[in-house]
Amino acid sequence: MLDIREVIETNKMIMENNLDVRTITMGISLLDCKGSTVSELCDSIYERITTKAKDLVKVGRDIEKELGIPIVNKRISITPIALVGGRVCETSDDFVSICKTLDKAAHEVGVNFIGGYSALVSKGMTKADELLIRSIPEALASTERICSSVVVGSTKTGINMDAVRLMGEVIKETAVKTKDNDSLGCAKLVVLCNAPDDNPFMAGAFHGVTEEDAIINVGVSGPGVVKSAIANVKGESFEVLCETIKKTAFKITRVGQLVAQEASKRLGVPFGIIDLSLAPTPAVGDSVGEVLEEIGLEYAGAPGTTAALAMLNDQVKKGGIMASSYVGGLSGAFIPVSEDQRMIDAAECGALTLEKLEAMTCVCSVGLDMIAIPGDTKESTISGIIADEMALGMVNQKTTAVRLIPVIGKGVGEQAVFGGLLGYAPIMPVNNYSCDDFIARKGRIPAPIHSFKN
Amino acid sequence: MHKVIITVLGKDTVGILAKVCTYLSNNKVNILDISQTIVDGYFNMMMVADFNDADKDFYLISDELKQIGEEIGVDIRAQKAAIFDKMHRI
Repeated sequence: MLDIREVIETNKMIMENNLDVRTITMGISLLDCKGSTVSELCDSIYERITTKAKDLVKVGRDIEKELGIPIVNKRISITPIALVGGRVCETSDDFVSICKTLDKAAHEVGVNFIGGYSALVSKGMTKADELLIRSIPEALASTERICSSVVVGSTKTGINMDAVRLMGEVIKETAVKTKDNDSLGCAKLVVLCNAPDDNPFMAGAFHGVTEEDAIINVGVSGPGVVKSAIANVKGESFEVLCETIKKTAFKITRVGQLVAQEASKRLGVPFGIIDLSLAPTPAVGDSVGEVLEEIGLEYAGAPGTTAALAMLNDQVKKGGIMASSYVGGLSGAFIPVSEDQRMIDAAECGALTLEKLEAMTCVCSVGLDMIAIPGDTKESTISGIIADEMALGMVNQKTTAVRLIPVIGKGVGEQAVFGGLLGYAPIMPVNNYSCDDFIARKGRIPAPIHSFKN
Repeated sequence: MHKVIITVLGKDTVGILAKVCTYLSNNKVNILDISQTIVDGYFNMMMVADFNDADKDFYLISDELKQIGEEIGVDIRAQKAAIFDKMHRI
C-alpha cells in the first residue's frame, strides 16, 4: 500500500519543483508517401500525418489529467524531408511547399512542432539534400511550427566541410529572413554530428530511417527536482551527492516510462525510447544552471563547471537507465542558454563564455544550444564554430549540435527575446579572428582513428 | 480495480473530510483507505479510492473535487495510483 509520504513527495515534485514530462513525440515514417508531383506528394504527407497523429494531443491531455502531471509538449518527428522529397522536388521552392504542408498538418493536429525538415549529409550531399538545405531560410521564415536539422558529421564518416560551410551561410540567411523577430528562425535550426534516429527533442528531432512506421518517444525533464534533492545534502561527500542524483533521476524517469507506455497503448503505436535528459525551461527553479550552483559553483561557467556537469550527466544516466525499458535519444543534461534562467544570468555577468560552453558540451548532451551571437558575425566564423563542435562529437563518439542565433541588428550587451519555452538570451561575444581560409577548403575531414586514444 | 489517489492539501478546517466523503459516496466511489499528516503546518490527507462503480467518469469527478476544494479553500487532486506506484515501487 502506498505511503502518504510518498504521495506527498511526488506531488511536491510536480507542484513545487516543476516536474513535468517535457514531450511526447510521435515519430512517423514518410518513406512510403507517394506522388508523381510535388502537390501529390504534399497531399500524401498531409494525409499520413493527420491520420497517424490525429489523437496524439488528446491522448496527451488525458494522461496529463489522469496522472496529474503536466505533459508540456506533444510533437511529431518525421523522416528527413530530403529523403522524402528527393524524387519530385526539382527546386528549393518545391521543398518550401512541402514545409508549408507540414506546417498546415501541425496546426491541424495541434502539435507545437514537427521536426524533420532535415538532411543527412555527414559524408556527402545529394542534389536533393543541397536543394533542401538551401531552402531552409525561406522554409523557416514562411512557417511557424517546423524545425529543421542538418547532420553534417559522424564518428564513422568524418565531417562534411562543404556542408559546414554551407550551413554558416544558411544560418546567416535564416537570421536575415527572420530579423523582425530577433532572428527566431535560427532557434528552429540545428546542425548535428552523430544525430540519433529517435530523439524526441526539438529542434533536432527526426524519424530516422532505422525506425518503424510510427513510434512513441518521450522526453523527461526535472532539473528543479534534482536541484531540490541535492539542496538537502549540502556539504555532503560526492558519494552522497551522486546517490541522491541517481535516486532522483530514477524517480523522474519512471514517470516518463509510465507516460510513454500509456501513450503507446492508447495510440496503438509502439513505444520507442525514453530520453533521459534534464531539460530546463526559462521558469525559475527549472534550471540546469541552478543545479550546478547547488553542487557548489557560484555560477555555471566557474572553474569546476565541466567536472560538475560530467558528474551530473553520468549520475542522471545511471539512475535513469534502470527506470526505463528502452533509453535513447540524446539522454543527458541540456545546457541551452536562452532556455535556462541561471545560464542566462551567468552569460550576462560574464561567468559563462562561448569557449566554456564548448568545453561543457564535451561531457553532456548536446551542444552549443540557443546561443545568441552578434548579427554581424561572419558566415565563415559561424562555420568555424560549427566545425569545432562537430569535431568534439566526432572524436568523442557522442552527439553534438549547434543552434546559434546571429541576431540581426543587435550586438554584445543587447538581448534577443524569443518568447515561450525558447526564452531570451543575452548576445554573447564571439572570437572574431578569421578562419576564412580553413572554411574555404573543399571536401571533408576524414573519420578519426578509433584506436590509440589519448 | 480502478484505483485513484485523492489528496487534500491546505489549512485544516472543520468538515473537509465530511465534504469529500459525502461527495464520493453520492457518486458511488468506494474509499479503501484514508491517512493524514501535517507537513510544514499544512494539512495533508490522502485517500485511496476505487472508481470501479463510479457514476461519473474520472475527469468529471476530478473537476468537481477540485471545485469543492476551491469552495472550502484547500487543494484537492485526484490522480490515478499508477504514477505513485511506478515512482516508488520497483
